[in-house]
Amino acid sequence: MRTGATGIIFRREFQAYVRSPMGYIVAAVVLLLDGLLFYSTALGPDAGELLSGEVLRVFFYFASGLTSIAAVALSVRLIAEERQTGTQLLLDTSPIRDWEIVLGKFLSALAFLSVITLATLYMPLLILVNGKIAVGHILIGYLGLILLGGAVLSIGVFATALTRHQLVAVAVAAVITGVMFLLWQLSQIVGSPLSRVFAALAIHGRHFNGFMAGLLHLRDVVYYVALTYFFLFAATRVMEAKRWE
Amino acid sequence: MVELTDVTKYYGRKRALGPVSFEIDRGNTVGFLGLNGVGKTTLLKILACGLRPSSGTVTVDGFDVLRDPHEVRKRVGYLPELPPVYGDMPVSDYLTFVGQLKGMSRERVARRVPEVEEYARISEVRDMPTRHLSQGYRQRVGVAQAIIHEPELLILDEPTHDLDPVQIMEMRGMIRRLKDSHTILISSHILPEISETCDRLLILNDGVIIASGTEAELGEKLLMSRHMAVTVRAAGDGARAPRDVIAAVPGVTGVERAGDTERSSGDADATTYHVEGEADLRAAVCRALIEAGHDVLTLRRAERELERVFVGLVGGARA
Repeated sequence: MRTGATGIIFRREFQAYVRSPMGYIVAAVVLLLDGLLFYSTALGPDAGELLSGEVLRVFFYFASGLTSIAAVALSVRLIAEERQTGTQLLLDTSPIRDWEIVLGKFLSALAFLSVITLATLYMPLLILVNGKIAVGHILIGYLGLILLGGAVLSIGVFATALTRHQLVAVAVAAVITGVMFLLWQLSQIVGSPLSRVFAALAIHGRHFNGFMAGLLHLRDVVYYVALTYFFLFAATRVMEAKRWE
Repeated sequence: MVELTDVTKYYGRKRALGPVSFEIDRGNTVGFLGLNGVGKTTLLKILACGLRPSSGTVTVDGFDVLRDPHEVRKRVGYLPELPPVYGDMPVSDYLTFVGQLKGMSRERVARRVPEVEEYARISEVRDMPTRHLSQGYRQRVGVAQAIIHEPELLILDEPTHDLDPVQIMEMRGMIRRLKDSHTILISSHILPEISETCDRLLILNDGVIIASGTEAELGEKLLMSRHMAVTVRAAGDGARAPRDVIAAVPGVTGVERAGDTERSSGDADATTYHVEGEADLRAAVCRALIEAGHDVLTLRRAERELERVFVGLVGGARA
């Protein structure tokens, strides 16, 4: 039986995360910072009198930022490193399609990011045990984190397809992601109709607020899926253009 | 098996290759010879579907590289100058990955991986990550990945790059064994690599083919003079000097005494002369020296003759 090319690339890239120290470093930093922020919000001496649901909302707020940073860190090596080490030539001269390469790499990064994200689950579970929150709130929050992480990963995949230099890829991914975060703040400043456009395009804010509060809107899910599709499509086109160069 | 017609490659306005046209028959081993930067890698990348030609047509086994690139990729095994290995992957995992990338079934990959490991003599390092391998082993892993899917056309770009003399001999042996079952294209700027393993040579300079043929054909047809080295123990006083005797042979165009490093170390009286002629004058030179009373200790066509052809051709083309 022949294995699908996307699955082949997925397995190779996921194993690369497990085999390399970089994957563990990203996981360790995210988990450490998540834990510290959770402690200061919910358990520490400075923790205020917050309702359980509010503590969970704040947890997802911090986790969304850390997930986004982790997504950039995990994605930028995906294609730039292949070009840097010469292994891209192996992919370019194999009978596989560019979208299979892009999708396999994206899914591997998403799977690893999901493992890191789900490793923070003990914190919401502590709130669940000691407070009053719905399990659905936790599930929806994590769905939001994975959708947001996937969108930022797709931006990273696009950035890494553009260049052979990982530092340049980091910069491009960070700028695009940063601008898309800032659009929500800008939407609060500028007048209509620009404010509505900015709010609709912003990667955080309107589209993530629902997930933080445990509210699932189809609109928000569609937004993240569409954003992810857009950047993966763009990455594929870049790969196609560069494959024969 | 391979057919190129008026193929060119431009990077911006700079021409890197062409126009080149040639055909290679199935089962042949063909060497691309040229100095660094003359377009060898560009040409091989085009054949491996890793680079789009600017113009012209390229077909491999009847499939056009632009219209049916995946069909071509299935039929080509490619070893770039630097083996495309993932440092974190153990050798067996890497070969399995490549086999699957090439479209092989799991069962076929499971059968082929031990076969190519044995063939490339890398079984003993099969569990080691490739980043821990020496350059020689990495190059062998590179050959193993190129042949794992049993391609009809094998493209090896500078396969002896950065290898030590022992590793070079092993690589030559491996290529000779592959000749029975593949059409092989090899590039190199080192002549012995090409001359010892290839049936036919194409010499590139400045992106175009300036000569082609077998080593013998290139030597016979393209070399304007023949070159030999003769080691002589001169006769006593009264005899004509060996140099004068050789120079007087009809057809000899030049005689030059060899440097100290080339002199026979076993005989203090012996002197080696490099002789240029318009034809193969070994018999005539030998006869003349003996008739003049000198002893001929060795007489041979000069080593690295092809190198002289190559340098002459490239030099002539550049002049």
